[in-house]
Amino acid sequence: MTPAATGTAHGGMSVPEVDRALIVRDLYKEYRSSQPVLRGINLTFPGSGLTAIIGPSGTGKSTLIRCVNRLVQPTSGEILFRGQDLAKLSGRALRNARRRIGMVFQEYNLVERLTVMENLLCGRLGYVPVWRAWLRKFPEGDIQRAFDLLDSVGLPGSASQRADALSGGQRQRVGIARAIMQEPDIILADEPTSSLDPKTSVEIMEILQQVARERAIPVIVNIHNVELARRYASRVVGMTGGNVVYNGPPAGLTDTDLKNIYGGESWME
Amino acid sequence: MTVADVLHRDWQRFTPLQRLSRFAFYLFAVAALVASLRTIDVIPEFLYDAPDQMVDLVGRMWPPDLSYVGPTLKGLIETLHIATLGTIIAIVMAVPVGLLAARNVTPNLTLNLFAKFVFVTSRSINSLVWALLFVAVFGPGPLAGTLAIAFRSIGFTGKLFAEALEESSKGSIEALAANGASRLATLLWGYWPQVRPAFWSIALFRWDINIRESAVLGIVGAGGVGVALDTAMNLLYWDQVAVVLIAIFVVVILAEILVTVVRARLL
Amino acid sequence: MTPQDKSGGRVAFAPNWGARIGWLLLALYVVYAGSQLGFSPERFSTGIEHGHRFLVRMFPPNFSRWELIAGGILESLQIAVIATFFGILLALPIGLLAARNLVPGWISWPTRGFIALCRSFHPIIVAILFVKAIGFGALAGVMALIVASIGFISKLFAEAIEEISLKQVEAVRATGAGFISTLIMGVQPQVLPRFIGFATYQLDSNLRNSTMVGIVGGGGIGAALFTAYQRFDFDVVLAILIIIVSLIMIAEIVSGWARRVFQ
Repeated sequence: MTPAATGTAHGGMSVPEVDRALIVRDLYKEYRSSQPVLRGINLTFPGSGLTAIIGPSGTGKSTLIRCVNRLVQPTSGEILFRGQDLAKLSGRALRNARRRIGMVFQEYNLVERLTVMENLLCGRLGYVPVWRAWLRKFPEGDIQRAFDLLDSVGLPGSASQRADALSGGQRQRVGIARAIMQEPDIILADEPTSSLDPKTSVEIMEILQQVARERAIPVIVNIHNVELARRYASRVVGMTGGNVVYNGPPAGLTDTDLKNIYGGESWME
Repeated sequence: MTVADVLHRDWQRFTPLQRLSRFAFYLFAVAALVASLRTIDVIPEFLYDAPDQMVDLVGRMWPPDLSYVGPTLKGLIETLHIATLGTIIAIVMAVPVGLLAARNVTPNLTLNLFAKFVFVTSRSINSLVWALLFVAVFGPGPLAGTLAIAFRSIGFTGKLFAEALEESSKGSIEALAANGASRLATLLWGYWPQVRPAFWSIALFRWDINIRESAVLGIVGAGGVGVALDTAMNLLYWDQVAVVLIAIFVVVILAEILVTVVRARLL
Repeated sequence: MTPQDKSGGRVAFAPNWGARIGWLLLALYVVYAGSQLGFSPERFSTGIEHGHRFLVRMFPPNFSRWELIAGGILESLQIAVIATFFGILLALPIGLLAARNLVPGWISWPTRGFIALCRSFHPIIVAILFVKAIGFGALAGVMALIVASIGFISKLFAEAIEEISLKQVEAVRATGAGFISTLIMGVQPQVLPRFIGFATYQLDSNLRNSTMVGIVGGGGIGAALFTAYQRFDFDVVLAILIIIVSLIMIAEIVSGWARRVFQ
């Protein structure tokens, strides 16, 4: 999974770090009026490394992440990335922006009846014309890259298996590989480990951290598990009640901060 | 809580509202039945005579007239073509309308309602009536019959197809959107793999029903074995009628066996 | 394992010859059947012309003979209700006799054969036979639809019985319940909700068919429809069709309520 093998300038190496950052400005989201889920978020996600977003359920972590690739529509605010305001895009421009944003889901969200290879190639659907996709005539480079990716996430030889024949951890690896197939400029992960057992969760976080490092792109991960966040993130964002209450290195995360984020001490015992 | 309180808690299977609704339905059903029985125009003598008449008719059908097997087979083959081609045409028309009817594929309420209206209309008009309409337009013959089957089947297949679409998992569709796939790509890679088994199952199911439906269209001139049946009945050649009936029975059973076997392999 | 191509590289998609041949055969069949049935561009274009004239004659719908129509609709409703009631009544014991887990094979197989016979023929065909046997009128229609109901309900009822969890029945038996009590508490709760579904579906189906049996002499609105059709009074035809369609839609709504109430 070395950057040289990807053969693209977009990955991150040639772009200065400051330009790889994701800037969220005054992001406001309410699903029902006067019940805002995000209350004017102002954040700059660094252009490299793994950033973990922690916080209790329902605090807007998932909403924040999904506003970036517009699976959720922000009520107001700006999301600046690589010279575009993602919040204002629509139609083809939005699709083109989305193909540069990889996403990993809590429930893996693979197409169960398709094979692993076909699921990986979903990552190229934003780049190839539909007729090619339908006839399965993808460019040879894509196919070979898919095989290489499968090797590197630890699933060699699984290309012809159906997705629903895999275990949870294996499916998530496919999900990550699918996101990488997009040659993304950023990867968003919405609770990627919440459906996995502790050992598999660690393996997945290892892969995500490695992706951030080797491809020199930011990886933003929503996560419940504070320990995992501390271990793998180079930066932690703590949210509670729709606001950001901590934004700094994992080492600086004190018990007071955690209390602010999660409220009450009983869970820490 | 005292013992008296405990003894007072009684157990009821249904809430009062549920009981009332159920009672209302029973009442309504009984009333409808009684009203129908009292007002229906049935001549009592016919009713008492009926068993004898039926036995008489069956007697005239035996033995079946084997010379009629030729025209019957010819008509049956035409019926099969009508049923198959009609089902295929129906599916080709039903798929796009089904896509419009599924709320997750087309989030536009007006289009949803329009599609549902198309389905209801198609389903509510009997295939015989569709046949009458198409005979008036295209003249008698299997063309009218095929179109009748097709238009009648759109509602059935389309509605089930839309339901299958609405049941597909949202997650994988969301992932395809996140991949930057276009709507068409999402349909082909996200929805189609999920609905494919249901699609074939619906198609087979409707084909099976259509064989039965196609057999009668000949009575109104729309082709198929119904023509042979109608001719024989009008001439009161009951032994020929028996041949046609037996042939229809055999074909229907064979088709059902075929469909059951294919469905078992699909699932 | 991963398929390999000739040079030893990795191939993602082996061509699916089975599916390709299947689609090709289907396409060939469509062309073949079309030619057998006399489809041709000329017929279509003359058809479209006729169709246009036809549609023009249908509008506006003519409700002037509403008494005749109302009488016919009423008779169709009667036929449907009576046929559904008696059909279900007869279908229950027949279904019971066809359930392989309740009765021995020498009873269940002939019963299944009888049910298949009832199901194989379109109600119209059965109606014609009854009309020839016992005369024109609503009785023939009722009998035809009773046969159709038996064919449908018995089969589904038998299948539902075969699928019931015998464990639940055993559990009720173990409490010392007799056969009838076992039926009521063990069998019926598992079967009833589906049964209501079948019954409402059959009522719907009988209603649709009862509007048609009149075409062959079985009573109901079908006769009026056919007469208007043969006289080229297409505006009356449209009026009758509108009423039939509305009736069926109302029946569907009522069935939906019934199903929800008895869930």
